[in-house]
Amino acid sequence: MLEETIRLALMAIRRNALRSLLTLLGVVIGVGSVIAMVTIGNGTTAQVQEQISSLGTNLLFLRPGQGMGPRRTSAPDFSLADAEAIRNQIAGLSAVAPTASTSVNVVAGNESWSTTVTGTSNDYFTARDWPLQDGRLFLDSEVRAGRAVCIIGTTIGKELFAGRDPLGEKIRIGAVPCTVIGLLETRGRSNFGDDQDDTVVMPLRTVQRRLAGNTDVDSIMLSAQEGVDTGMIQRDVTLLMRERRNIKAGLDDNFHVGDMAQIVSTMTGTTKMMTGLLAAVAGVSLLVGGIGILNIMLVSVTERTREIGIRLAIGAQEKQVLLQFLVEAVVLSLFGGLIGVLLGLGLSALASLALGTPLVLDITIVLLAFAVSVAIGVVFGYVPARRAAHLDPIDALRHE
Amino acid sequence: MSSAEPPLIEFVDVARSYGEGTAKVYALVGVSLSITKGEFVAIMGPSGSGKSTTMNIIGCLDAPTSGKYYFRGVDVGALSRDQRALLRRHYIGFVFQGFNLLARTSALENVELPLIYRGVPRKERRGLALAALEKVGLAGFESHNPGQLSGGQQQRVAIARAVVTRPSLLVADEPTGNLDTARSHEIMQLMTSLNREEGITILMVTHEPDMAEYASRTITFVDGHVAADQRVAA
Ligand SMILES: Nc1ncnc2c1ncn2[C@@H]1O[C@H](COP(=O)(O)OP(=O)(O)OP(=O)(O)O)[C@@H](O)[C@H]1O
Ligand SMILES: [Mg+2]
Repeated sequence: MLEETIRLALMAIRRNALRSLLTLLGVVIGVGSVIAMVTIGNGTTAQVQEQISSLGTNLLFLRPGQGMGPRRTSAPDFSLADAEAIRNQIAGLSAVAPTASTSVNVVAGNESWSTTVTGTSNDYFTARDWPLQDGRLFLDSEVRAGRAVCIIGTTIGKELFAGRDPLGEKIRIGAVPCTVIGLLETRGRSNFGDDQDDTVVMPLRTVQRRLAGNTDVDSIMLSAQEGVDTGMIQRDVTLLMRERRNIKAGLDDNFHVGDMAQIVSTMTGTTKMMTGLLAAVAGVSLLVGGIGILNIMLVSVTERTREIGIRLAIGAQEKQVLLQFLVEAVVLSLFGGLIGVLLGLGLSALASLALGTPLVLDITIVLLAFAVSVAIGVVFGYVPARRAAHLDPIDALRHE
Repeated sequence: MSSAEPPLIEFVDVARSYGEGTAKVYALVGVSLSITKGEFVAIMGPSGSGKSTTMNIIGCLDAPTSGKYYFRGVDVGALSRDQRALLRRHYIGFVFQGFNLLARTSALENVELPLIYRGVPRKERRGLALAALEKVGLAGFESHNPGQLSGGQQQRVAIARAVVTRPSLLVADEPTGNLDTARSHEIMQLMTSLNREEGITILMVTHEPDMAEYASRTITFVDGHVAADQRVAA
């Protein structure tokens, strides 16, 4: 009987092809947009995750103050001694790179470019897992003495030397004449949108003495050895720094040890939330699609009152008429779901091409969208189907 | 079968009223009658006399508000809606004045419809429907939709649909009401042969004495009760 009912439903849908198509539209758009939103969102999340973990997940940042952006509290900077203490007292670190950054103008010949210069040690390249494409790292003697040498990002190379080999060239960084000894590999844009290759790296002492004019260290970058728990290092570093900065028990830290894993989770948390939000909006359109089905099925029941009368007279029981209209609604919404899934996947594929994000297909969301469209058929088809089943055969037969 | 077999149809003091209180109207009052298997009964009477009401009750589409209606000895008034549907499905065929075929559905599919509800398998269904269409003289019109058939042809499809299940009873409310005289006589001849050859009991409402002539018995209604009940000697 169910097979018959499905056949009858298909016949009824075919008889009203255009109207059925318009009815489907709501579900098509609903399911399509849910799938597109979730798939695009998942792709973006995957991309963010990939980009951040390319920075090195075993990376930790030590910065003065708490919080981020405008709510960041001010606190005294670190010193080189802090970095030395960490290096000597904390186990499991592969790199400890104190850094001091400042904005400067760099000049070579007639070319001038404003950028950020970071004073640090060779550990900086280890921690950021950022190899040179040409030239050499700092010599110990250069770091200790604060020599005027620099390693530049490819953007600087392009801006100042227009593709010529920059190695061995003299550039002026602020007021400091300096020799280029190395060229970093190209990194591209970071997740926050800034150009990572727009950078100049010098020995820490050089920046402190000759550019900043103080001995401050504004952050310390740490890299945990493979397999070492970054959480443990975070705790150890926190204890050490509280002691070194004389913070009494009960008072808050005036510094922050950030973990790449945390940044990954906040960043992906944000994109996930956006994905959820968009999917919820798309879900609303699915609901509207359901109401479309409700509407069309009610119209259909009224229009087909006489047909229902005939079926009842011929010996159809209530449950059979109910089933017929319910199956019709479900078949309709299922069709809508199917087309919607295809549309959603198509849109996702287009979006992934356009945005350059990976295409992350989540089969559960496809199945869920299907299940939801069936549920919508049942829920919104039930009222019209019940109305049809409860018709009085005599009245229904007389209906014009 | 014993002689104690109940009549196919038995009305005991049947009344059917519509509305409540002062608006209450009686379509039928105190109707008692019985019809046995194999009869061909014409029901006549002026408009509003209760003919359709009687047919609806006999066809188990409706039930009396008082009195008893026994169909094959079963008290129909005591049955649920679904149980009455089962009686219709298995024992009763309907023919209406307005044909009442499913639009945009082929003659064959229209005739197959009651068999679907009986759960007859597809192949067998097709065969039975084709045979029924052939019997009513519509071989070759299987794939025509009602819109592509004349009134007489549509009524033949409706008759084929009513008898494809070999019902005990055929209920026809003004089956020739929408047809011209020649077409009406053809339909009546078809009904007569169904009555004689298949042994189907037929109840038919008609306004035309010419058509009532085909029946073996004529019951006349006036104001909701039986005014005359005449049998024609065979
Ligand atoms: N659903 C209803 N509600 C109220 N009154 C009704 C209803 N159906 C029938 N009646 C009334 O019952 C009476 C008998 O109606 P019925 O349809 O049985 O007449 P009929 O003999 O078939 O007439 P016709 O020859 O015009 O078809 C009429 O007075 C009619 O108005
Ligand atoms: Mg009538």
